[in-house]
Amino acid sequence: MSLSVSIKKKFKDFNLDVNFENDGDYFGVLGPSGSGKSMTLKCIAGLETPDEGRIVFNDRVLFDSQQNINVKPQDRKIGYLFQSYALFPNMTAEQNIGCGLKCSKEDRKIKTGKMIELFHLEGLEKKYPWQLSGGQQQRVALARIFAYEPEALLLDEPFSALDSHLKEELQAEVFEFLKLYEGQVLMVTHQRDEVYKFCKNLAILNKGKLIIYGDTKVIFNEPRTVEAAKIIGCNNISPCRIISSGQIFVNDWDIVLQTEKKIPENITYIGIRAHSFKIVNNNHEPNIMDCEIVNITDELFEYSIVFKNRASENSKKLIYKIKKNEWDSTTNKNKLFLKIPEESIFMLT
Amino acid sequence: MNLSPILISIKTASVSIIVTFFLGIFIARSIADMKYGKLKILIDGILTLPLVLPPTVVGFFLLFIFGVKRPIGMFLLEFLSIKIVFSWTSTVIAAVIVSFPLMYRSARGAFEQVDKDLILAGRTLGMSERKIFWRVIMPNALPGVASGGILAFARGLGEFGATAMIAGNIADKTRTLPLAIYSEVASGNMEGAYSYVLVVIIVSFVVLSLMNYFIMKQNKYSNKGV
Repeated sequence: MSLSVSIKKKFKDFNLDVNFENDGDYFGVLGPSGSGKSMTLKCIAGLETPDEGRIVFNDRVLFDSQQNINVKPQDRKIGYLFQSYALFPNMTAEQNIGCGLKCSKEDRKIKTGKMIELFHLEGLEKKYPWQLSGGQQQRVALARIFAYEPEALLLDEPFSALDSHLKEELQAEVFEFLKLYEGQVLMVTHQRDEVYKFCKNLAILNKGKLIIYGDTKVIFNEPRTVEAAKIIGCNNISPCRIISSGQIFVNDWDIVLQTEKKIPENITYIGIRAHSFKIVNNNHEPNIMDCEIVNITDELFEYSIVFKNRASENSKKLIYKIKKNEWDSTTNKNKLFLKIPEESIFMLT
Repeated sequence: MNLSPILISIKTASVSIIVTFFLGIFIARSIADMKYGKLKILIDGILTLPLVLPPTVVGFFLLFIFGVKRPIGMFLLEFLSIKIVFSWTSTVIAAVIVSFPLMYRSARGAFEQVDKDLILAGRTLGMSERKIFWRVIMPNALPGVASGGILAFARGLGEFGATAMIAGNIADKTRTLPLAIYSEVASGNMEGAYSYVLVVIIVSFVVLSLMNYFIMKQNKYSNKGV
């Protein structure tokens, strides 16, 4: 199971330029809206034609601009789950599932029946898409794709059309179904928790450029660039100046951070997640900031605390997020010291 | 009451709607698939022109093309012994040309409004383009296509100006209902005109009602839940 994509396509507002390979594990493409994620998937499925490049899937060349190869989407055997599911409104659930099958009526009935059973759609066979709930529609759409037996499955923002209170349950359900699937799965989303949960490998896309790709957990721990850090949800990012191999000055927060590890020379930015700070009692150790609280926002399960470095007039604001019970049990709220643990400092370029 | 204008009109309107309907769908589909650009705008403009031009101008152009002293008209007459002008065929041609833009525009609008994702989904499911058109695009565009058909039929039935130019007003041959009404009024026979007017109104109303009923039935699956 291997997929190698290397494509370019010009658009009015951005140029898509993507290069990656995947060996068969769940692959996620993360990026803000308009970053070219869906376009990348559509190029792989053959629904859009890149200007140049090459797409090879399981040793089959699907697209090669130099050799003039462009396999029709009908012949690519790649399933595509649309954000809106794209169920045919004029067909019942059953007809939707069976519509792509090229076989005798009896075979179609058997195959469709199997899918209806597999996706727990019994009783909904004769219903039209508008009579189904969002979750049921998604199951019909998946069943329709599975019936077609594609060799790869592309999921385009699979959960964004669902109500948030159903999302978690349906996510789990969908990934149960996907476990039955042996082909390659590629998912595109702007929700970082989705890729973190489900994708072994990850590519981050911004304005058509692939910023970074590799193992998901590694990227979330070491985003390496400012853009990537922002997209994986790092709230506090500041330019910095290297003082020595173990000391770095952070401009916006007016603080010198010390590290055990050697600081790479090309580092120009420092990032720290809002959840990474630790409350300590005093500032006798290095990497501790005396914090002046600017604002506290009461969120559902946590407090979002905006603060500045008390020791400096020039300090810009930082964000600290803490679980409610943890904050409620903190005694010295007026004299807040936050430690920036070395292992959670993102060194960025 | 002379029945021949009624028969001629029904015959003309029926034949022309069949031609317009399928030609309109076929051309609308080709144009809807075209990439947006200058050529598309140009072709669209030419195809829509008969809608905005005075029918007499359309008739003038048809005379220009099919007139017996014109290359095409001459060719048809010399080699195929077909005389278009002042024949029943020309009433059909006039009706088709004049009603075509209504069919074409409605069908094209209906095709373009079908969710693109449905078409793309069909492709990734291995459905051929032909199957996608007949099983996905057509059913979902049907209300728009059908209402285009109604409009085109009504327009064809009421066609006067272009018909008068190219087909003339020959009793029992090219005199359609609108021309018959005109002739009756022109000769001061209002009584005769009344009955023809009544027939036109009844036929138009029946067709409209039938088509509306048909659309309602076909439309049962679309977005009732929203």
